[in-house]
Amino acid sequence: MTVEEIVAHCRELLDLLPAQALERARQLHPHIGGFGVFPVYAPLEIIHAAGLMPVGLFGAGGKIELSHAESRFQSFICSIAKSTLELFLRRDMDAFTGVVFSSICDVARNLASIVKRNAPGLYVEYLHLPQNLYSAGSAAYTRAEFERFRTNLSNHLGRQITDESISRSLDLYNKVRRLTKALYDLRRKHGGAIACADLYAVVQAGTRMMPEDFALLLEDLFHQVSSRKVRPRDGAKVVLEGAFCEQPPLGLIEVIEAAGCIIKDDDLVIGWRLFPEDVPLNGDPVGALADAYLSSNVYTSVRHDRDRPRTEGLMRRIAYAGAEAVVFAPAKFCEPALLDYVLFRLRLEEASVPHLKVEFEEKMWTFESVRTEVETFAESMLFD
Amino acid sequence: MPTPAPLTRDFRGTVHGLSRDIMTGWLTRLKEATSNGALSAYIMISGNCVEILRCFDILPVFPEINALQLAIRKNSLPYIIKSEEIGYASDNCAYVKADVGYTLCGGVGAGGNMPKPTMIVCNFVGCNVYIKWFEHCSNMFKVPMVMLDIPFSREQSPSKEDIRYVITQLQELITACENLTGKKFDIDRLRSILRESARAERGWTRCKHLCKNRPAPFDAYFDSINMMGPINALRGTREAADFFDAAVAEYERMVADGIGVLDEERFRIVIEGPPPYPAYRSFRNLFETWRAVAVQSTYSTVGGTWEFGFQHDPDRPLESIAEQMILHNLCNRTMLQRYQQIRSYIEDWSADALVIHSIKSCRLFSAGQGDMREHFTKDLGVPTLMVESDLEDPRYYAEAQMKNRIDAFFEALQYKRIRKEKSDAQKAGS
Repeated sequence: MTVEEIVAHCRELLDLLPAQALERARQLHPHIGGFGVFPVYAPLEIIHAAGLMPVGLFGAGGKIELSHAESRFQSFICSIAKSTLELFLRRDMDAFTGVVFSSICDVARNLASIVKRNAPGLYVEYLHLPQNLYSAGSAAYTRAEFERFRTNLSNHLGRQITDESISRSLDLYNKVRRLTKALYDLRRKHGGAIACADLYAVVQAGTRMMPEDFALLLEDLFHQVSSRKVRPRDGAKVVLEGAFCEQPPLGLIEVIEAAGCIIKDDDLVIGWRLFPEDVPLNGDPVGALADAYLSSNVYTSVRHDRDRPRTEGLMRRIAYAGAEAVVFAPAKFCEPALLDYVLFRLRLEEASVPHLKVEFEEKMWTFESVRTEVETFAESMLFD
Repeated sequence: MPTPAPLTRDFRGTVHGLSRDIMTGWLTRLKEATSNGALSAYIMISGNCVEILRCFDILPVFPEINALQLAIRKNSLPYIIKSEEIGYASDNCAYVKADVGYTLCGGVGAGGNMPKPTMIVCNFVGCNVYIKWFEHCSNMFKVPMVMLDIPFSREQSPSKEDIRYVITQLQELITACENLTGKKFDIDRLRSILRESARAERGWTRCKHLCKNRPAPFDAYFDSINMMGPINALRGTREAADFFDAAVAEYERMVADGIGVLDEERFRIVIEGPPPYPAYRSFRNLFETWRAVAVQSTYSTVGGTWEFGFQHDPDRPLESIAEQMILHNLCNRTMLQRYQQIRSYIEDWSADALVIHSIKSCRLFSAGQGDMREHFTKDLGVPTLMVESDLEDPRYYAEAQMKNRIDAFFEALQYKRIRKEKSDAQKAGS
């Protein structure tokens, strides 16, 4: 496939509902089971080692009417929670073996309970991911939490999830993360190599494919993109921040780029590319995964890191990307992102870094006001 | 059906007075600490470990109590707006915004009413906003933050790894307190503090259970605020335990004499969710008009669900503190466990209805309360009313709309009761 065909294939996958994406994967892997992964992070390797396909559960992206979920969740709740619940209430997720939520925010926590009550036959897991990365007890706790996940899933499936199979999955996901990072590096170094919207479509589509297939696709894409002749584009070089959980519509990213911004780095689908280095394969794979979670220097708004504050993480990201500004794109009503925005903003103003905030939600279908805002923002920097 | 005449009764009885006295004493110490250099620590209410701070004579400061006091005195809005000016969103928790705004306006530190904390203890017990709030405080004050990450309730009981993780962090907190104060940790002192905690918890439990009587001696939603300060902020002191002994004596006397909190108890309700502090009195009036008494409430259990039997154990000091933080408070329990708790309140406290007060600020409480309403009305047949406003931001409280909804609910409840009485009388007569 050409780059254009790969991107088109990925965009097509994103147009599907999770169950349809699972159905699509079954064309290549006829007996594969699906396991929903609500953002931000879950140990995908354990799910994959269990013979299941981890499927990113990022809501329904405005593709379904919210007939029931609106009565369960109030108007001030983010759209990903509502449309995810709607998928379960519509029984769209019946083909899935289970779903995992984690301690990212108060809404996600309550959502896990509500899904459990309204989808009685479904296996619903909830992970409490550590918020204290530096206690003497953190490593043992995190390992035990991932081990609990393995044991519960194994009991549910009635089959073992061996260390060997987890190691094989680690190897595969290491490769996926390595290739994803290589594409990000390429985009950072050569602005025109691949548009942010295209890379975003590919990375998010990766949450709807078996990692075996996704690694091949990424390899192909990387080779083609790296040999492309790139003509640098003029624009305001920015970092996109705030979309670590609910994912913005592709149209929003396209508009930000079309309005004059070159997105050099972002936190889109960050939970699926949380580890910047390979997770070691020798020894205890569950322990290695736990250590990787604790030591990862990739900041997110849903993990407290005493020694590496998010504000400094953003400053490092800006410097590393060679960006000159930040576009905040938090999901509407996303409490972690909106609270973090305050500290980010104060830090950026201290360092005289321009920034712009554009909130999004699933039902967003017109981007004209965003286009005007971003154009003005980009022009103000270009002609400063 | 006309709305009954409003009550004009003054509820500031003995227990209210005692509570006001000891809470005023604590607030006075906070004020004094702004200038006398006393060591203080920020900590949150839910599932807290105030006993450890007390063991080192570190004054506990609760930003949540600061926020609610601003709201109940109708002072919160200017501080909320101050925070919004620096970037907080209208959708952010207004407790955070009021507290931060208050700090920015000089309410904390020299010249203010609250001391600048010497340390920040982030007891992450359920509420994710706690972490953000304290990250912001840590940033404002340039004060170190000690994180206590409490694993959320996700199995029938906490695992030994959960307990060990929390105990390890408590030991690290103790080390941090030793370093801060220069004092050596004295486990016997902690045991004696926990003895007072347990005495207060027994009193709390007894008071809550007295509301099973008809009439209930106090309103377990609106009057619980008098007991929540002592049990959550002053727990571990002799004065708090004595306060509960006095409260028990007062409420037992009322029960023995058949005296209720209202002149007549027509409806017994359970209320879920925090109150609208900016409109506390008028919200209360809307229920009292109908002679509706809250015989139980979930909000009163954010610090601890003691009425179900848990008490701190001086013989297992750190273990029991860990268990309290993980398991025995509302905030660290799932929505489904909360449904169980409410169901027990409805059945064991003989309630007629459930009222859900959904607040925008606190998604821990409110996210998904529509499902709760669905469960209680459709699965359990419990008449349920859901109303919306906020616990801190007065802009979200619409008095007329609130009154309409509450009046309509109780009218329907009353009508249903009359019909049932008629039908029962007809059956008895035939």
